[in-house]
Amino acid sequence: MSHHLQNLVLKIWRQTGPNDAGHFESYRIDDISDEASFLEMLDVLNERLIADGKEAIVFDHDCREGICGTCSLMINGQAHGPQKGTATCQLHMRTFRSGDEIVVEPWRATAFPIIKDLMVDRAAFDRIIEAGGFITADTGGAPDANLIPVPKPVADAAMDAAECIGCGACVAACPNGAANLFTSAKIAHLNLLPQGQAERYSRVEAMVDTMDQYFGSCTNHGECEAACPKGISIDFIAMMNQDYRKAKFKNRKALART
Amino acid sequence: MTDTLTPPAVAADPKLQSKIPAGPVAEKWDAYKGSMKLVNPNNKRKFRIIVVGSGLAGASAAATLGELGYQVDVFTFHDSPRRAHSIAAQGGINAAKNYKGDGDSIYRLFYDTIKGGDFRAREGNVYRLAQVSVDIIDQMVAQGVPFAREYGGLLDNRSFGGAQVSRTFYARGQTGQQLLLGAYQQLARQIGLGNVRLFNRTELVDTVVIDGRCAGIVTRDLMTGEVASHAAHAVVLCTGGYGNVFFLSTNAMACNVTAAWRAHQRGAYFANPCYTQIHPTCIPQADDTQSKLTLMSESLRNDGRVWVPKNPDESRAADQIPEDERDYYLERLYPSFGNLAPRDISSRAAKRAVDSGRGVGPLKNGVYLDFAAAIGRLGFDTVWERYSNLFEMYERITGEDPTKVPMRIYPASHYTMGGLWVDYELMTTIPGLYAAGEANFSDHGANRLGASALMQGLADGYFVLPYTIGNYLAGLLNKPIPGTDHPDFAAAEQAARDRFARYVSTKGSRSPDWFHRELGKIIWDYCGMERTEEGLNKALGELPALYEEFQRDLRVTGDGASLNQTLEKAGRVDDFFQLGMLMCRDALERRESCGGHFRAEYQDEEGEAQRDDEHFAHVAAWEWTGDPMHATRHQEELEFEAIHLAKRSYK
Amino acid sequence: MAQAVQTRGPVTGTAAARTRRKKPFLLDLYSTAVGKKYVMAITGIMMIGFVVAHMIGNLKMYLGAADLNHYADFLKHLLYPLAPKGVTLWLMRAGLLAALVLHVHAAYSLTRLNHQARAVKYQGPRDYQVANFASRTMRMTGIVVALFLIWHLLDLTFGTVNTVGGSGTFVREDVYQNVVNSFNRPVVAIFYILANIALGVHLFHGTWSLFQSMGWNNPRFNSWRRGIAAGIATLVVVGNVSFPIAVLTNVVG
Repeated sequence: MSHHLQNLVLKIWRQTGPNDAGHFESYRIDDISDEASFLEMLDVLNERLIADGKEAIVFDHDCREGICGTCSLMINGQAHGPQKGTATCQLHMRTFRSGDEIVVEPWRATAFPIIKDLMVDRAAFDRIIEAGGFITADTGGAPDANLIPVPKPVADAAMDAAECIGCGACVAACPNGAANLFTSAKIAHLNLLPQGQAERYSRVEAMVDTMDQYFGSCTNHGECEAACPKGISIDFIAMMNQDYRKAKFKNRKALART
Repeated sequence: MTDTLTPPAVAADPKLQSKIPAGPVAEKWDAYKGSMKLVNPNNKRKFRIIVVGSGLAGASAAATLGELGYQVDVFTFHDSPRRAHSIAAQGGINAAKNYKGDGDSIYRLFYDTIKGGDFRAREGNVYRLAQVSVDIIDQMVAQGVPFAREYGGLLDNRSFGGAQVSRTFYARGQTGQQLLLGAYQQLARQIGLGNVRLFNRTELVDTVVIDGRCAGIVTRDLMTGEVASHAAHAVVLCTGGYGNVFFLSTNAMACNVTAAWRAHQRGAYFANPCYTQIHPTCIPQADDTQSKLTLMSESLRNDGRVWVPKNPDESRAADQIPEDERDYYLERLYPSFGNLAPRDISSRAAKRAVDSGRGVGPLKNGVYLDFAAAIGRLGFDTVWERYSNLFEMYERITGEDPTKVPMRIYPASHYTMGGLWVDYELMTTIPGLYAAGEANFSDHGANRLGASALMQGLADGYFVLPYTIGNYLAGLLNKPIPGTDHPDFAAAEQAARDRFARYVSTKGSRSPDWFHRELGKIIWDYCGMERTEEGLNKALGELPALYEEFQRDLRVTGDGASLNQTLEKAGRVDDFFQLGMLMCRDALERRESCGGHFRAEYQDEEGEAQRDDEHFAHVAAWEWTGDPMHATRHQEELEFEAIHLAKRSYK
Repeated sequence: MAQAVQTRGPVTGTAAARTRRKKPFLLDLYSTAVGKKYVMAITGIMMIGFVVAHMIGNLKMYLGAADLNHYADFLKHLLYPLAPKGVTLWLMRAGLLAALVLHVHAAYSLTRLNHQARAVKYQGPRDYQVANFASRTMRMTGIVVALFLIWHLLDLTFGTVNTVGGSGTFVREDVYQNVVNSFNRPVVAIFYILANIALGVHLFHGTWSLFQSMGWNNPRFNSWRRGIAAGIATLVVVGNVSFPIAVLTNVVG
């Protein structure tokens, strides 16, 4: 049932720190089970490196079930590798063939500086959420949960957007290093819901302006949607652009009143 | 069944004061809130509170404390608070809302939780949990958590194991993710406003106790290796469970016991470490390189039939095995419940089937969960519609299509009910040190019901801790606390630096992962689903030897001055070793079977767990003595006023 | 961008740090990336309108010299006598010129922003999934179209290059003959054809893209957006390319 892959060549990006230039280093995997996940293959390689007295390859990972969004990796020029709708942690070696050369690189974006090897700092995403990716509802004052009905299609659409795991594949895959898919998914999640209406326009302006400080701009290639392990739609980007336009006018009016 | 309990076997430890308010169980929390000390809003900013961990409990506690006006520092070893493992919970969150009008109530949720925990939890804590469960749903909906809705726009519920009512709120199969993101967003708001300071990629490596109260923590910056001290008026540990002691579990790779264990070493008692929960439907290990196990929702057992071949030497493919050579053992042993037998029972049955040599799959380490009959009865489309997301996830991991080849499943560790001992206020035995969420032991007894972990984390963080912490802080108003220049901080820092330097300089031959794997095997074999006195004694013989080897033969490459995941792992495995020993000791001392703790010696003729309420209706709280093999066991007797102890039966 | 990692301070108060300088409303809007995309989209719509109308007007060529020259004369008499002769046309030209300048400026600054957003490129080869030839060559096709536009104006509006190597002399009023003269040069004809294909490629992505940028998103017509873009691009390319071919094959002329 399980097969083995032979003679894989891994070209992995090694970089000792943020200020190091970094380089590709080649590693040979003589034999690996196709039941192994891609990260388990790296675990095996790391065990070997440690046995050889070398430093293990640093890469971000945690839940390994495709939900925490910690793992990253550009595999053969694709964010999260070749399998659609799959984060790197759920990518398995059966996707590859014996003798393959596999190029592994970190996410590359100016807003995601490399920490070491394949690990990058995605703190800019947190800054976008801090700017407005929330509904202000201090603990304790909430009314009964069934007080505001939410039509099922609206709740479902909000959930579609809310599935974002914040992995950064959209930025990594975008030829422009734009974060519009990430930002718009959170805006759409909150702006679709009745609870989010009070801050709808201040939210979209604050979040988009913060996004602007770190990331490139969207030219509608659609690469983000194709790379997203949760398949989040670029329709949300259009919704964000619409809300931002409205927000600019509405917020100006609100400002004039004060 | 015992109505009155025998007096404690040993004198109650003065530190184990549960501080449960007097009065009827339904009024205890209100009585507490009515009499606790408050901190004036203008004085709150004079207090600094450290929250370690940013999962459901940590994020909700930090956000709420920030809103109240305290100065809050939150620490996470992740890159972002949103990564915490609460995110992986699938099923849902319980709340006694009774939106379905099917007879639910706070009392019923309280009763179900106590019974589900096999009568090994405190009544007062659990009742409070059931009370605030309704507030959690209100709070999360107000924050924009997109719970599933009915067509009329009202919240939808589903039923879950161990309950006869529909009280579980859910957001597709990602309830944990949506709740965590809700709490994270609220925390992010407080960070943005400047009420909370976030330290990311920073791991707790020690807690500091000065003059009998927790004075702060020592941390290690994972990016630079810098060890630093942080002083505070109070410290809250929301650092999750220790399921990764098994190496293979459904926990995330980084989940660890270090924070709780370091607190334990500084004097916090560790309660009921042997209470671990095994989930029956996980994807079995595929090979030796496997790093973690993935859970498949229990709902699959509604339509799947569990079986193994009758012949241990069976080598044919599943569909080639005729019906009369298959053993549908759950249907055979538990005819009334069949494939829906409770978690612990079906887990143990699977273990016995595999242990008898009849396991399936390349490693013979699983049992079949077969949908062929369901597809035949309901049609492919109906079955696909119900479980497509799970089938796809299964195929992504195993490469097999479960509609054609039976799914293979096996139990795996996924939650730990034990944890730091806390009182009614969630304070550990160290004054000023609190534990919330999975890190404490308080609410689930010996077994946790499905969809209750999310409930407890949020209850602690949103609605319990923000109240109870004030009761402690009020007494510290305008009293100076030791700063990080205190020599005890310097000493703790130096100890941490020395410890990490030692891992690097040992220069042995084995990686931390290798030791972790070996440790996990011992714990899983002897302190897993089924425990025996013989096995536990064996484990307690092997563990110190392996630990000694760890200290002598560890190899960590690289240095401690930049990000080094091997070094991080070494520190965590070190603490897992010590915890593993305590776990086995606790399992050995608890001479009964209850909930997740099944001692083979204590079962009835039907193989059901046999509790011993006369001698073990207590919490075992362990005190650190310098060596986990010689920790001191203390007891907190459990008092049942509202509920009569009964045999836990789901027949 | 890479910051030194020594003692890292905590993160806090990030929302307060965000204070934008007060600018006039439109400038403020234009200073944001999304605002620039609105400008790209709106100016794009203006220019799409122009190229479509331009192509349709030029179809008069097939009706003969009189019709085409009459159409050219009509353009100069737009809104006449309300506005003096030629003024409306010049206003439209000014509008288009402004649109073009803004379109180019926005594109240029966004391109710079995007290059800064990934200062260090991927070192291995990329494997694009859905980004198509059109979307990835917008800058190139844009430059080709802009250069073509300049040449086209010099050729058939100002006549400066129309005589060079041509078979006749540029006569401002005789649009028909000017076109025939120009396209009778095979090199020029080929340049026109290639440039128009580039325009079509540019329009194919640009037209779809403007719906996204403006946020015109409606499940009812979302699936049509690609079709509309392909339709407009095809229409313009087929129409415009037919002119030089018609001249070269003596269908016209």
